[in-house]
Amino acid sequence: MHYFTITRSVVFALLIINKAGGLIFNRTFAPGLQKLDSNDYLILAGTFHGIHAISRSINPAPPEPQTQPPATHPRRPITTGIESLESSHFRLTCYQTATGVKFLLFTSPEQPNTEVVVRRCYEIFGDFVMKNPFYNLEMPVRVEKFERALAGYLVRP
Amino acid sequence: MASSSKAARLGEEVWKSRVDKINAEVLTLTYGTIVAQLCRDLTLPATANKTDYAAVNAELDRMGYNIGLRLIEDFLAKSNTGTCSSFRETAEVISKVGFKMFLNVVPQVTNWQGVEGKPQAFGLVFEENPLAEFVEYPDDGRAQDELWYSNILCGVIRGALEMVQMQIEAHFVTDVLRGNDTTEMRVTLVRYIEDEMPPDDE
Repeated sequence: MHYFTITRSVVFALLIINKAGGLIFNRTFAPGLQKLDSNDYLILAGTFHGIHAISRSINPAPPEPQTQPPATHPRRPITTGIESLESSHFRLTCYQTATGVKFLLFTSPEQPNTEVVVRRCYEIFGDFVMKNPFYNLEMPVRVEKFERALAGYLVRP
Repeated sequence: MASSSKAARLGEEVWKSRVDKINAEVLTLTYGTIVAQLCRDLTLPATANKTDYAAVNAELDRMGYNIGLRLIEDFLAKSNTGTCSSFRETAEVISKVGFKMFLNVVPQVTNWQGVEGKPQAFGLVFEENPLAEFVEYPDDGRAQDELWYSNILCGVIRGALEMVQMQIEAHFVTDVLRGNDTTEMRVTLVRYIEDEMPPDDE
């Protein structure tokens, strides 16, 4: 083990989970994490999806807004669920979009502004994946331009 | 995002600093070509060149729907608006952020309907419509009454809102191209889609 080399800020990996809990994208950008086989990644995605859904429902509900018009359509209160998870050697930042897609960013604990980084990944996703006419919604992402744009943003020289 | 002025400011900011822009006429002409081609392709059964305008409207709506399903991600990523707390707020965000950032127009939210017992609905009145610039309807006596030229926008809104758990119904009620005084779309909330967790079955 050479964990003393990981004291600077590093973005290790990005996972994208669709709204059904399936892993649709998985890419490592820097060495440092132990290798998982692809089946483990699928299990990780599915398990995290379930835990995240539970964490959303145990969140205390925010107070109802005062100016609500007559509630002809009552709606479940908005909660975010798990946003980050830390261990001694990495931090996992989770960003769930309003559409239900989850972006999981693995970074070193020293990495600052992970929320900003993960949001930028979402922007790149919107531009290169969703606007690609040959990408099928909810399916695994195999889009070369997306990978290039991500690498350009996340891989530090 | 409580007030409409906040939405207006956000829309302005996103439009100025975060989106790539193209010449508006390229969009107008491209869209016009699509509609004209559909009018040529979709004909009434057993006729060679009588356009089935209902089919054109439906096809435009379907195309818009598929655009909306994808466009919502771009919208959320670039605008960074959170979840709306009410359908009224949704209306403001669609008009002042959504239309602003993609088409650089701000349709007016009007005829709000939120009475108890009735579905919530609002109108979007387009003072300018970049899609319909330069358009004159064909002189077949039917287009004026049957074609909704900008129907793709209804589909876009329907698709986009479906992805954020709102089932809505959208259609145009007036269009200056048909000789009306205004161009207005009506958007009605059918229901919020609660698809998250099935009730537990322990």
